Amino acid sequence: MQFFGGSDVSPSPPATTAAGHNANMMYMFNRNGVCLFYREWNRPLRTLNPQQDHKLMFGLLFSLKSLTAKMDPTSGDKGNLGMPQLPGQGCSFHSFKTNTYKLSFMESPSGIKIILVTHPKTGDLRESTKYIYNLYVEYVAKNPMYSPGTPISSGSLVDFRNYLMGLSLFIKLEVAN
Amino acid sequence: MPAVPPRSGDAIFASIERVNAELFTLTYGAIVRQLLTDLEEVDEVNKQLDQMGYNIGIRLIDEFLAKANISRCVDFKETADVIAKVGFKMFLGISASVTNWDADGTTCSIVLEDNPLVDFVELPDTCQGLYYCNVLSGVIRGALEMVSMKTEVTWVRDMLRGDDAYELQVKLLKQVPEEYPYKDDE
Repeated sequence: MQFFGGSDVSPSPPATTAAGHNANMMYMFNRNGVCLFYREWNRPLRTLNPQQDHKLMFGLLFSLKSLTAKMDPTSGDKGNLGMPQLPGQGCSFHSFKTNTYKLSFMESPSGIKIILVTHPKTGDLRESTKYIYNLYVEYVAKNPMYSPGTPISSGSLVDFRNYLMGLSLFIKLEVAN
Repeated sequence: MPAVPPRSGDAIFASIERVNAELFTLTYGAIVRQLLTDLEEVDEVNKQLDQMGYNIGIRLIDEFLAKANISRCVDFKETADVIAKVGFKMFLGISASVTNWDADGTTCSIVLEDNPLVDFVELPDTCQGLYYCNVLSGVIRGALEMVSMKTEVTWVRDMLRGDDAYELQVKLLKQVPEEYPYKDDE
């Protein structure tokens, strides 16, 4: 699918196997905890104001990464729980599932974190998060009007938002057996 | 899902959108020329080129990580190899090699086989202190800073100054792991 001039975004968006809006929310953070982007499609319950919500989400990810690295049975060298980690050091989780939602996570070595909250039966979203990261690169990192480290909200970034509006159509739904 | 290996520099270079090399060279030359006219001091121009490179590097790193499928960035040796083999190839189409590792593995040299920035360029006598390609050192410094590595990048050999090759020395000062950014007030 050719979206961006001559070059293909790689990987191309994953094929949909079922129609329907499976994505509930999406967050993007940078390495300093600034919430670069937040979009919700279906969120009936809101308990915190947005700043607290973002802080909570970021804190959750930070702690989960620390925990998964510490509990890794294959790695020999483990720091103390809570010790700051280098990007890519130790293992990192990529999703967790509860009975009402599934949270999928991707972190780049440069600290850009992409979180998708979806229906619990959604399949592996690593390709979708990678696709979002490519969109970020194409439309945000390369955009001269965007200052790195600030929330993505200016009018010139409307392309990024538009592509993400349709993103719920790209989320694969695989019913787990 | 098995881990996806990093893509090779050649493969990415072939698939990415490219711009005419002469256009690139001449545009860069015009930038340096303008900086020299505006700032006049060669040291100031060097610093400004480095700063411009830094600003480019902090954005470039995301494109690099996305296109090259890189997920880990901890080992400096691996990082230097990746910069030389994949990074330079992907963005400038040049092959580079890593040499001169020091004893504790924190300093290395990247030697560039050729350099598209300096085609048709000669330094006049008034600009002998100029590091014409200083933007490249800024790019590497900026990009590595975004993956938690503070580095110092300097030019060791520069063909415009009469040496036989282009050699960049990259020195790792320290690795700064991610800290929890919020204060514990709630």
